[in-house]
Amino acid sequence: MPVMLDVDQLSCQRGERLLFRRLGLTLSAGELLRVTGANGTGKTSLLRLLAGLSYPAAGSVRFLSSPILQQRESFHASLLYLGHAPALNELLTPLENLRFACASAGDAASKTACLAALDRIGLQGQIDLPCSVLSQGQRRRVGLARLFLASRRKLWILDEPFTALDTHAISELAATLDAHCTAGGAVIFSSHQDVSFRTPQRTLDVESFAA
Amino acid sequence: MKTFFAVLHRDLLLAWRARSDLLVALSFFVIVASLFPFGVGAEPEQLRAIGPGVVWVAALLASLLALPRLFAQDFDNGVLEQLLLSPEPPVIWVSAKILAHWLTTGLPLVLIAPVLGLMYQLEPGASGILTLSLALGTPVLSLLGAIGAALTLGLRGAGSLLALLVLPLCVPVLVFGAGAVDAWAGGMPVTAHLSLLGGGSLAALALAPFACAAALRLACE
Repeated sequence: MPVMLDVDQLSCQRGERLLFRRLGLTLSAGELLRVTGANGTGKTSLLRLLAGLSYPAAGSVRFLSSPILQQRESFHASLLYLGHAPALNELLTPLENLRFACASAGDAASKTACLAALDRIGLQGQIDLPCSVLSQGQRRRVGLARLFLASRRKLWILDEPFTALDTHAISELAATLDAHCTAGGAVIFSSHQDVSFRTPQRTLDVESFAA
Repeated sequence: MKTFFAVLHRDLLLAWRARSDLLVALSFFVIVASLFPFGVGAEPEQLRAIGPGVVWVAALLASLLALPRLFAQDFDNGVLEQLLLSPEPPVIWVSAKILAHWLTTGLPLVLIAPVLGLMYQLEPGASGILTLSLALGTPVLSLLGAIGAALTLGLRGAGSLLALLVLPLCVPVLVFGAGAVDAWAGGMPVTAHLSLLGGGSLAALALAPFACAAALRLACE
């Protein structure tokens, strides 16, 4: 399997504090990587570095063997990053939020495709409600609905995707991640929960690179 | 281009859903401009002399009122992060956001200005020049304001800091905007004033989105 992501000697600094240093990892197509570590050890910072949202203090991140900063546009076209906040506007409905997320990211997603994705994630009844009245778990689901519309994006980076979900939704999400890996994609996610996958799961503990 | 229209459509829709916010800025504009006759007295000559300046200052303050909201909401709920991850260059969606902001806060000020012109007993011609100068100048306020809003994003006391940053930069716009009406009233040609305002708008349009995109990138890091 080709190497998708190659991280070498990565250091991350937040303010005065060095969170981790000399972190290295390689991720090939079809692999599932779970990032673990106690609160505040740099899981989110690592994922944001890998997504190219922030810049490392030292080291490099390569996607398909060239540095991500030199090929920002093509890298971001193959990346789906879902952060801690579900990226929803309170005044818009789940459908409007999802369609905007797809359109602004350059994904061609028709209204029917978006409706089908929301249906699949279990939000049939809430499509016309503004997101301000949804529960935490439902908001998270709206954000995760993008996974069903982003199968052509090879690399998924998900920050705490299982938080606030019920057991049924957790197993659905795990199956979706499995399917993406089987189809030749790769997934990096952070989680405090143990979730079982069919794909062999690798674990990276950020704490072992603590400065 | 798809990203541009997606962002423009969404921001206009959001402005419509939260239209009371827009009415607040517009009412603020009208009220500030209406306070001056109470303070300085209702002499028609005096009103006519201060009218253009007062309307311009009120427009400046009203446009400032809505600026902190330009990026703050998207920053807090993570939408800005997602926009930065779009394969499109950030300048495209930044421009769409600024355009939506001008359409919802700048344009209403331009449209209501003739009514305030009546209140200050401006002649129809002077009122027309005032409206035209606002139409050419308010885009500069939105564009410069957007840079300030992006730079102060996520800071404590962002609103007041934003005013301190942006207001001094807007002085030239104020000078040429109000100056155009004075020149017209004095029987002098106004093309120089209006050309400078238009030129300023174009220069800001060419440069501000880039500065704004860079500032947003820093804010999200």
